[in-house]
Amino acid sequence: MLVTYIEAIRQAMDEELARDKNVLLMGEDVGVLGGAFKASAGLQEKHGADRVVDMPISESLIVGAGVGLAVQGMRPILEMQFIDFITCGFDQIVNMAATLRYRHGGQTACPIVVRGPSGGGVHGGLYHSQNPEAWFCHVPGLKVVAPATAYDAKGLLKSAIRDDDPVIYFEHKFLYRRIKEEIPAEEYLVPIGKAALRKEGRDITVITYGSPVHAVVKAARDMAAEVDIEVIDLRTLLPIDWATVKGSVRKTGKVLIVHEARLTGGVGGEVAARIAQDCFEELDGPVMRLAARDVHTPFAPAMEDYVLPNQEKITEAIRKLAAY
Amino acid sequence: MTEQKDRELYRWLRLIREFEDRISALDKQGKLMGGVYSGKGQEAVTVGFCHDLRWDDWVFPLHRDLGAFLVKGADPKRLMAQIFGKRDGFAKGKDSYLHGGDLANGIFGATSMLAATLPVAAGMAYKFKIRKEDRVAIAFFGEGASSRGDAHEAMNFAGVHKLPVIFVCENNFYAYSTPNELQFGVDDVADRADGYGFKGEVVSGNDLHAVMKTAGKAIARARKGEGPTLIECKTYRYHGHSEHDRADYRSEEEVITWESRDPIFLWENYLKQRKYDIAAIVKETTEEVTRIVEEAVAFAEASPFPEGPEAMEDLYAMPIDTEAR
Repeated sequence: MLVTYIEAIRQAMDEELARDKNVLLMGEDVGVLGGAFKASAGLQEKHGADRVVDMPISESLIVGAGVGLAVQGMRPILEMQFIDFITCGFDQIVNMAATLRYRHGGQTACPIVVRGPSGGGVHGGLYHSQNPEAWFCHVPGLKVVAPATAYDAKGLLKSAIRDDDPVIYFEHKFLYRRIKEEIPAEEYLVPIGKAALRKEGRDITVITYGSPVHAVVKAARDMAAEVDIEVIDLRTLLPIDWATVKGSVRKTGKVLIVHEARLTGGVGGEVAARIAQDCFEELDGPVMRLAARDVHTPFAPAMEDYVLPNQEKITEAIRKLAAY
Repeated sequence: MTEQKDRELYRWLRLIREFEDRISALDKQGKLMGGVYSGKGQEAVTVGFCHDLRWDDWVFPLHRDLGAFLVKGADPKRLMAQIFGKRDGFAKGKDSYLHGGDLANGIFGATSMLAATLPVAAGMAYKFKIRKEDRVAIAFFGEGASSRGDAHEAMNFAGVHKLPVIFVCENNFYAYSTPNELQFGVDDVADRADGYGFKGEVVSGNDLHAVMKTAGKAIARARKGEGPTLIECKTYRYHGHSEHDRADYRSEEEVITWESRDPIFLWENYLKQRKYDIAAIVKETTEEVTRIVEEAVAFAEASPFPEGPEAMEDLYAMPIDTEAR
């Protein structure tokens, strides 16, 4: 069936709510309104107000309550209306949920999913454009995923809901209604911890995730005559699929890492460091990174374009790398 | 109450006190690592709230509530091993003092971020409510923690859904060194309950009778679906914030005043009023709690420390190896 990225998310939640009575969805305006972006449209009507819960504007409470439910064997999906607001629940994620199992010596699991719309390119301004995934990739005990396709959005969310560990699920709002894809009518899962090969190539590996996957694939196709590019979509950012990453780098010898989140302290730094150390002998050029400029994501169109990566910047970076 | 229950309550007060005293002594002997947070003087609060709970109710103790652990059913031996950082502790040595809960007995392990357990308790109580389970959650916090947003967010949510959770504020007048008048502008933390749409009560936290009466009513209301209660117990910690804190910010006079209201002393007076054989009760109880604590210390000392590589265990319930395929 042909679905948008956001419809894939809605279907994943709908199916899991139907499959398992322990699954709940909690967040601001997720019930009667069906979510600010309609990601949960119709779910309260179908699954009940006890299980699709309109929460007060209290992100810390939303995550903390989720932990209390998880200890009781429930599997709450906790929506941040915009992922930018995850900072208000930061302590509950990194100190409460991520350490829960560890500080209890393995007595319990913590099956929660924290999800919400991330990303820029929609003129959302400072607090509706953020990509805060790197903060959470620094936290042991969490798993972090960022789907780029409708297929993955559904399959990864279903896996996240069934996972016994806390999963932070970054969906990209730019993709919500801009991509439409055929997905299987029957049930499927996408495993956490496994990258996807989006395009095979021999000359350069571009490692990316989230919204830029589409610009990278398009750039790779457009440049097919000059350079043969391999595109890896990480999909899971914690833990990163090192086997796939290294396998590709060993083949091509050249790497560009692209993400929409800021450069400094971003996921790309970790990927670059691991490649530099583990694939040093196979490298034919510097490990390069293209990311947002080290500034907040501004509102006015020209400034936002200036700050965020796009196909033009990707093409330019690939040419630079190819010249080595 | 029956003589048996009166004596049982006395035994719990004394066991907690013995535990606290022994831990302080062990700390002075250099046998413990890290922060040690004595709750000596506050025993009546945890005994009063936990004694009549059922096994499947939950407690969310704060960092000086080892009484909640003991009364709710934690094995004293494992509790002592937890405090020693040994492998037989609830956290298997992964975190200190009371951060490792005993989940099988409904005891949740706190983080150091005070009041962070209140949203967790509220969430659990939400489950009790929607599943129509006849259970309650007791969330302990200090008056200092009442300043944190988590306390507000949790109470607000509990008020919205009339959740079976009791918020127990142990007001011992100092958050580390900071006195009440620099912590909040209200007279009593319990006043805040009005803002959440449920009842707030103030009780003497050193008077076990008063605590039990107030706790009993609140727990009964919660079980009947009548919602949460905020109960502020005015009490006092004899020691500093932790054992290395000399608590010079308080006057000796103030400490002596509170020692004259000692919860164990008050309970012994009550036992005397009931004309029980107090000498025999004291003797018998002293022997019993001394033995329990001795055994707990021996167990903890004999328990091994975890090995270095055990640091990597218990992180994920479903670990994923992505290094090689």
